[in-house]
Amino acid sequence: MVKHPHVVLSMNFLNNIKQIWQFFLEIISSINRGNWKTSDIISQIYAIGVRSQSVVMVTGVFTGLVLTAQTYFQFHKFGMDTMTLAVNSVAMASELGPVLAALMVTGRVGAAMAAELGTMKVTEQIDALRTLNTHPIDYLVIPRMAATTLAMPALVCEAVAVGILGGYLLAVHVLGIDPAYSWDNMVSMTHVSDILMGLIKGFFFGALISFIGCYKGLNCKNGAQGVGIATTDTVVVASIGILMLNFFLTLLLSKLLASL
Amino acid sequence: MIKACNLYKSFGEQAVLCGVNLEIQKGEAAVILGRSGSGKSVLLKHMAGLIQPDAGKIFIGDLEISSLNERELLEVRRQMAVMFQGAALFDSMNVGENIGFSLYREGKRSHSEIAKEIAGVLELVGLKGIESKWPADLSGGMKKRVALARAIIHKPSIIFYDEPTAGLDPIASDSIDKLIKRICEIRQVTTVVITHDMRTTQTIGEKVFMLHNGQIYLTATPKELFASTDPVVHNFVNGISDNKSNLT
Repeated sequence: MVKHPHVVLSMNFLNNIKQIWQFFLEIISSINRGNWKTSDIISQIYAIGVRSQSVVMVTGVFTGLVLTAQTYFQFHKFGMDTMTLAVNSVAMASELGPVLAALMVTGRVGAAMAAELGTMKVTEQIDALRTLNTHPIDYLVIPRMAATTLAMPALVCEAVAVGILGGYLLAVHVLGIDPAYSWDNMVSMTHVSDILMGLIKGFFFGALISFIGCYKGLNCKNGAQGVGIATTDTVVVASIGILMLNFFLTLLLSKLLASL
Repeated sequence: MIKACNLYKSFGEQAVLCGVNLEIQKGEAAVILGRSGSGKSVLLKHMAGLIQPDAGKIFIGDLEISSLNERELLEVRRQMAVMFQGAALFDSMNVGENIGFSLYREGKRSHSEIAKEIAGVLELVGLKGIESKWPADLSGGMKKRVALARAIIHKPSIIFYDEPTAGLDPIASDSIDKLIKRICEIRQVTTVVITHDMRTTQTIGEKVFMLHNGQIYLTATPKELFASTDPVVHNFVNGISDNKSNLT
């Protein structure tokens, strides 16, 4: 019997949801069992976190520079020059730092995860792992997820710090804004809640990127083409996911952190 | 030792296994023959618990493995090893790390003890002293030997070989066949070889199963296989194509 295309699409969608849920449960089960090794996590922190620093810092500094320049151009019309760095600082800490760092890590790390695990899948290395008494979730997924989740807040910190520093240098040395008032305004307008919001977002973005990268890699099909599709899907889905999650986290965290 | 009962498996609309029944005794060297695309590798992966059947059961000893989850299967697989068609060496590790992978993960032995074990199995497969080489630097035959060393290091009681001589020259194929035979005899392991190579069948096989149209078409000794007058078996053994049959 030929099934209607809508029925096939719905069944595929439900099947995907089921697979994602099972993958999530496997991760929880693996964490509870503790079959993963700290040394695997440390080596992944180096590969994912340490080696992403340059990309994230370049992104952070240029975002800080352009944000400072644009803010100054508008604020200068109203004589609010010394508020420029405050805007840069709050925007970098709570929104631009985490989101742009996460998007860069998606391109560098998420895609690499999907490609690496996808290649292992199509060359039967995942099956080989299973025959060597090793669960792929314990050995491949948990270290990557833990490393990305832990490294992302640190990368966000770096992106925010260099973004603010770049903005400060531009504002003071190029645009000629008064450093003392600018600094004072920046410190008084930037709250602990802004910084915490960025760090918490980084944590969730790290988990999202690695979850999608590992899931797509371990479920890739059809040889080299499948690896390509898994890699592309990871970047697209994770990027959109970050933007959507950012919106909901902003709403939620702004309420939760309001008292700080 | 290994028993498949009425095994069915389909991928989408394509039925691959349509009621496979076979039994392999402990210590036996069995060869599963069949044309390319006949489902031999799928059958092997079922026996190793890497794929779940749509219907039917697989027994390893008295244990029915087709209903077990992945965690439970990990325990069952401690007694098994699989040598994959493409060797499936981990390309991010050198030869020594590949071979010692399961022992390093267990963490029960010291690194020096594991290094000794690795050197021992490498000598057994005729590749002494290549621990520090990378999989990318090895020839096809060497990769298969390393995969074999990795398979036997934890002393399994069952070894599955998926097309062990595929893509190798006749001399390399012969050396792999002899190595498999030797390991089977030395270690008294149950051996299951998937192949369409008649020389491999003759060298290794004590019992031969021929897979045809998703079912076991023939169970015989190699001698009976080569003497068979059945047109399907005869054509396969002698490599005679039938113009009416579809190419797979």
